[in-house]
Amino acid sequence: MRRYSVFAIAREALRWHQGWERAWASPEPRARYDAIIVGAGGHGLATAYYLGKNHGITNVAVIEKGWLGGGNTGRNTTIIRSNYLQDPSAAIYEKARALYESLSQELNYNVMFSPRGLLMLAQTHHEVRGYLRTVHANALQGVQTEFIGPDRVRQLVPIIRLDGPRYPVLGALYQARGGTARHDAVAWGYARACSAMGMHILQNCPVTGVRSEGGRVTGVDTARGFIGCDKLGIVVAGHSGQLAEMAGFRLPVEAVALQALVSEPVKPCMDVVVMANTVHGYMSQSDKGEMVIGGGTDGFNNFTQRGSHQHIEETLRALIETFPMLSRLKMLRQWGGIVDMTGDRSPIIGKTPLGNCFINCGWGTGGFKAIPGSGWAMAELMARGEPGPLAAAFSLDRFREGRFIDESVAAGVAH
Amino acid sequence: MLILTCPYCGIAAEETELAPGGEAHLKRSGPGSSDQAFEDYLFARTNPKGVHFERWRHVYGCGRWFLAARCTATLEVFGTYPAQTPAPPEDILQKIRARRPGWERPA
Ligand SMILES: Cc1cc2nc3c(=O)[nH]c(=O)nc-3n(C[C@H](O)[C@H](O)[C@H](O)COP(=O)(O)OP(=O)(O)OC[C@H]3O[C@@H](n4cnc5c(N)ncnc54)[C@H](O)[C@@H]3O)c2cc1C
Ligand SMILES: [Zn+2]
Repeated sequence: MRRYSVFAIAREALRWHQGWERAWASPEPRARYDAIIVGAGGHGLATAYYLGKNHGITNVAVIEKGWLGGGNTGRNTTIIRSNYLQDPSAAIYEKARALYESLSQELNYNVMFSPRGLLMLAQTHHEVRGYLRTVHANALQGVQTEFIGPDRVRQLVPIIRLDGPRYPVLGALYQARGGTARHDAVAWGYARACSAMGMHILQNCPVTGVRSEGGRVTGVDTARGFIGCDKLGIVVAGHSGQLAEMAGFRLPVEAVALQALVSEPVKPCMDVVVMANTVHGYMSQSDKGEMVIGGGTDGFNNFTQRGSHQHIEETLRALIETFPMLSRLKMLRQWGGIVDMTGDRSPIIGKTPLGNCFINCGWGTGGFKAIPGSGWAMAELMARGEPGPLAAAFSLDRFREGRFIDESVAAGVAH
Repeated sequence: MLILTCPYCGIAAEETELAPGGEAHLKRSGPGSSDQAFEDYLFARTNPKGVHFERWRHVYGCGRWFLAARCTATLEVFGTYPAQTPAPPEDILQKIRARRPGWERPA
């Protein structure tokens, strides 16, 4: 891999940019790999990367049915934060946030991590109490957050209306090092680094079957034939149920559509991320100037990557109350992704009933922020066969044992 | 927009008039059941990409619960039937098989 640098740009400028390499290779599959990861989203690619980087396992294939990063990783609103209430969540999301801080240098790829600050608005007294509790929990967990009053909110977000008729802004949970990153670049950066380690990324290659013998996976059937492996990692978000069915077990996961939309580009007006969980909307401004807006999920199972129209209406209706300027903006694009929701709204990183098969799923509406930490923990699990400290609490058997990681109740919202 | 016909009042209701209620025909577990049975009842879900049986409630209409057979990949609706039906009725299964040859109801 030829490194990207200011010197590389100068060199290429002198030869009409003819010398840039392809960022990753598209090789023919081998007959067998030490490890196969199904799904080249951020979590699958990060798993492969840390398998190589932290554990020296590089005979790895990442098999993707479409194009890499074309699932939820390329469809999300890119919010990064770690201000969670429960200890296991705070640990893995803060690990991920900390890795994001230096990910561009680590991967030699600009992922445009922008720790611009993130506010979660408190718009009811219940929310004020909830966020004060989170701030105290975060202090014990070593996650830096603070509760700020309406005046400070107004300073940080000049376009906000504090005294809305239904939900006045009473304060906010503020994480100064939360923010956003470029979603595609995270997938591309990891893919390039994996390819440089000699790993294979096989795109346009759906996995259609999981073969096993005596309780262990032997390999997978794909559009390009059978491929053998010693270890299998399933990291396919919304399609986890399909892969689990192929492997012969059931999951506490349901797939629903989550939507987002962006406005026409406008001049810079908001340089932080604002989430309004009571009314269920959140917004940031992209570098192009678009207001990036996320909404709610549909209540029913759905694989259409579209989502229901009334949810957009609900989101915008609510946000206009807090950001009146939105009423004058045209909306440019809308899209949906299929998110994998678990029974306690926390992810699963764990062993499966098949001895050498591991699963990473259930990130639902909020897994972009977790990509580096999740890959780190999943690689540790796959390399050792046992979860490390980051993954242990997120095992699949917690639903049988009643050890829930109850973040949905705690935060009352996604992302 | 998803449109389901309420089997009680016969109204073709848009999804804004309805509330989704999750997977239908789950086997209920009660006191004395094993942890495994509770996990299956409370959390494990079929989550198919294709034919699915669901509970819905006609909240902004007659208020009653009913069941629907629907495709999660295309949003095609095969039919609706009363909530008290323990298993998908034969006429609905026939409609599904006509539209999805080779389809079998998962065990
Ligand atoms: C609209 C929207 C907004 C969001 N906003 C945020 C946010 O602001 N912050 C945040 O942290 N998170 C957010 N999320 C959630 C986040 O996008 C996901 O949790 C995360 O991207 C999941 O990554 P992944 O790698 O697990 O899944 P994906 O990126 O979906 O990757 C899974 C891959 O598996 C592949 N696959 C599936 N089946 C097969 C098969 N049979 N064979 C081979 N490959 C297969 C898919 O094609 C896909 O590429 C949002 C999601 C959506 C949809
Ligand atoms: Zn009715």
